[in-house]
Amino acid sequence: MVAVSMIVNGKDVSGDVPANTLLVDFLRTTLRLTGTHVGCDTSQCGACVVHVNGSSMKSCSMLAVEADGAQIATIEGVADGEKLHPMQEAFREHHGLQCGFCTPGMVMSALDLAEKNPNAGDKEIRAWLEGNICRCTGYQNIVASIGAGIKSMAE
Amino acid sequence: MYTFDYQTVASTADAKSIYDAKEDPTYLAGGMTLIPTLKQRLANPTDLIDLKGIGDLVGIAEAGDGVEIKALTTHAAVAGSDLVKAKTPALAALAGEIGDPQVRNRGTIGGSVANNDPSADYPAACLGLGATIVTDRREIGADDYFTGLFETALEPGELVVAVRFPAAQATAYQKFPNPASRYAMAGVFVAKTADGVRVAVTGASQSGVFRWTAAEEALAGNFTKDAVAGLSLDGDDMISDIHGPGDYRAHLIGVLTGRAVAAAG
Repeated sequence: MVAVSMIVNGKDVSGDVPANTLLVDFLRTTLRLTGTHVGCDTSQCGACVVHVNGSSMKSCSMLAVEADGAQIATIEGVADGEKLHPMQEAFREHHGLQCGFCTPGMVMSALDLAEKNPNAGDKEIRAWLEGNICRCTGYQNIVASIGAGIKSMAE
Repeated sequence: MYTFDYQTVASTADAKSIYDAKEDPTYLAGGMTLIPTLKQRLANPTDLIDLKGIGDLVGIAEAGDGVEIKALTTHAAVAGSDLVKAKTPALAALAGEIGDPQVRNRGTIGGSVANNDPSADYPAACLGLGATIVTDRREIGADDYFTGLFETALEPGELVVAVRFPAAQATAYQKFPNPASRYAMAGVFVAKTADGVRVAVTGASQSGVFRWTAAEEALAGNFTKDAVAGLSLDGDDMISDIHGPGDYRAHLIGVLTGRAVAAAG
């Protein structure tokens, strides 16, 4: 077992994990933060996207021990209590989700884009979603949601 | 995943001494290939030596007329670097097309070059520009470095610390990504330099990344798309799989080379 500690959504957390524990399993199983999903488990789908030290990454493709000492942000830390984050609100307003399975990854990915390219238009949003797969809503409303979310965040 | 021991190191010297002491260790950089490989139980190392604690392996600096990129620099950092964009714009563009944004935020140039996946993008840039692979013990020219599928000139435990790319008069990279995996089914890096033209092809050959010398010779005197229009490669030398037969990949290389030359101007 290896001792790991990190800051998840602003809180210090720690645990002892086998070295081969994935970050996503540490989040979901040890911390019970089940908003981060595992879809494909082969680094393709993006349902597991979280922020590691401010950048979006796939938590199914890194070890928990690699995140030792890191700042992690998951979907659970995005809303302000009961008040949805503007990006979440935009997904609700624009019907950017249907079953919702991919949504946590979509939102975390979108927030990274909003940070890195606040002027992103549809073309940039679609290119950015290369690593986030939705199998039911379709991308039209997701792209519209992210565009609206980015605008709303700038206001 | 099989079980393994994990440790971090703070210097390349520590990395080597731990590597030498372990039974079947492997280095871990960004892990964008290694972690999925471990998850599928396609590898079974006894020890993972995480290099990310080595602080001086990150960064991009001018080197001669070109750039030196330290091994743990992410694809996103290369894609966004003003220096790389100014010196070799095709290299920045290539880095910006690897995988997806999350992979680019974590994957590293050193990891990619050490792994030498036959469909990876960076090997084409290294070979196309005639880069130098700098390790913890020597410097290896790209022409001698890439030796086959997932094979390199690296000795056991030898660590890539940087890749040095010379500048070129004109560069361009064109790839045809597999629609599902986004790995190159063929990718062509063309560089026009003071010493001639270099054309490097990834994703297609059964022998891994290679230089298309016939195209280089044709382009040396006539750097236009038309110069390569009549050339062809043997489809039997190319990868044939469910995504496309060898003849198709051979054809793609010709098309992409023409496009790269046109884009490089």
